[in-house]
Amino acid sequence: MAAPALSRRRYAVQRAGFAGLLAATLVTVVPIVLIVALILWQGAPAISPEFLTQPPRQGMREGGILPAILGTLWLTLGTGILAVPFGVAAAIYLAEYAPESRWTRTIRVAIISLAGIPSVVYGLFGLGLFVLFLRFGTSILAGSFTLAIMTLPVIISTAEEALRSVPHSFRVVSISLGGTQWQTISRVVLPEALPGILTGVILGLERAAGETAPILFTAAAFFLPRLPTSPLDATMALPYHLFVISTQVPGMPLRLQYGTAAVLLVFVLGMNVLATLVRSRARARRQW
Amino acid sequence: MTRGATLTEAVITRLIQVSGFSAILFVLLIFAFLLREGSPALVEIPLPSLLGLRWYPIEDHFGILPLLGGSLVVTLGATLVGVPLGITTALYIAEVSPRWLREILKPMVEVLAGLPSVMLGFLGIIVLAPAVRRLLDLPTGLSAFTGALLLGGIAIPTIVSVAEDALDAVPRTYREAAMALGATRWQTIWRVTLPAARSGVLTAVMLGIARVIGETMTVMMVTGNAPVMPTGMGSLFRPARTMTATIAAEMGEVAKGSVHYHALFLIGVTLFLISLVVNLIAAAVVFRGRTRAERVLA
Repeated sequence: MAAPALSRRRYAVQRAGFAGLLAATLVTVVPIVLIVALILWQGAPAISPEFLTQPPRQGMREGGILPAILGTLWLTLGTGILAVPFGVAAAIYLAEYAPESRWTRTIRVAIISLAGIPSVVYGLFGLGLFVLFLRFGTSILAGSFTLAIMTLPVIISTAEEALRSVPHSFRVVSISLGGTQWQTISRVVLPEALPGILTGVILGLERAAGETAPILFTAAAFFLPRLPTSPLDATMALPYHLFVISTQVPGMPLRLQYGTAAVLLVFVLGMNVLATLVRSRARARRQW
Repeated sequence: MTRGATLTEAVITRLIQVSGFSAILFVLLIFAFLLREGSPALVEIPLPSLLGLRWYPIEDHFGILPLLGGSLVVTLGATLVGVPLGITTALYIAEVSPRWLREILKPMVEVLAGLPSVMLGFLGIIVLAPAVRRLLDLPTGLSAFTGALLLGGIAIPTIVSVAEDALDAVPRTYREAAMALGATRWQTIWRVTLPAARSGVLTAVMLGIARVIGETMTVMMVTGNAPVMPTGMGSLFRPARTMTATIAAEMGEVAKGSVHYHALFLIGVTLFLISLVVNLIAAAVVFRGRTRAERVLA
């Protein structure tokens, strides 16, 4: 045994060090709890049936936020419809088909680059391509396309990971039974990877639902009491509405600001919880 | 198998291939459209004005240096906040915390990643800025410092999750060898695990910084939006204006095709290139680290 005094000191250092790491972790985590609690606590009194089902009135200082809620639903739905098939197909290519080649590496670099592009730059791109060049105008369609391209890297990388986690032997068995590659993918690999893919999709859409910068110039309307009737209409959206009422409208009651923040929070947290549930249920059921 | 099935299979395979390559197409498309709308600014605005110290579009001053400086100050401040907290949190979650606590901490950090930046900006205005103003006795709490605090928080989830993955990937045998030689867990963390994971941790830091540079809504809402050229550390406690906030705040009001419009797209090109470089360096660090590890194991 080494000198006990030295040993004791080393463990004292370790205890102090671990305490320090715990303290830093608490500095990170406690504000998260406080933020969620504060918004739900302050926002709850504002939330009433009227708040959720009526358009804003009196220059947004009264009434509800229905157009913003529906707008965010439409944008999230549009993003999903556009991004999911494309993203999953790209992930299938990378996980099942792509050879180890320069091209494949280029695709990966492109995905990394897409993931890193600032959201406001997506907004500029969407304005240039979808709103102006393709003449979609400021619309749900243009916003959905912009958000979909932004969400693509998240969906591709999580779906690829889910596909890769399906054991190789599953594919070998399917092929040896005479299945083609596509049959193997569609009937064996995809069903097994589905929960993982779903988790990635929900997390990607959660991010899209909360984004403001990409829809600033592509989809969002400052104040639009009537509901959008076609994909080519502009729309209000929850995150943009929160931005507007907390910076652009003087004399805005704090209650309604917190209320809007709370609805947005419940929306994204709900998706977060859903993703966690899907993941943990699939993990519990998995037999390999 | 029938010929119809073969044909379907061929079509599907081709569609999947096309989707696979689409990421490359999108990156090129984004760059092309930014350039298309942004490059005219290089002709319309004389170079001395573009590199000038004033951004005041109404009087045709399009100096982007104050905006670059604003982004730099805020990013630097956010890095000082986010990197130490992010890495220590990752270390605690990956190396120290018991399993049950880890299962609580990880989802909580994920919640932070999911909080919309506009919501953090809202709380920044209502809660953080007044507190900063009182505590530091500033004329206004809407300063680069407030932005840096919030952006540090925004960088944390990225840093934690990437760094934690890197720490997790360090082989168990490394730790066992260190402990067998008599090192404490604390010594093992600092002298074996962290150095072994350093390329991944470096990537985490780079990705966190990239996230901060691109952040828009929070900075626009809390930094006070004054395009002033930063001079020294004192600038951290004064209002600032980043490149992202400038685009977001002004694009809605400019006429399409005007000099101002082109100038904003040119800022977009600059942001695109900066984030591209940072992300590619981060990726290169990972690839290099991986090949080195493969050499060692082979």
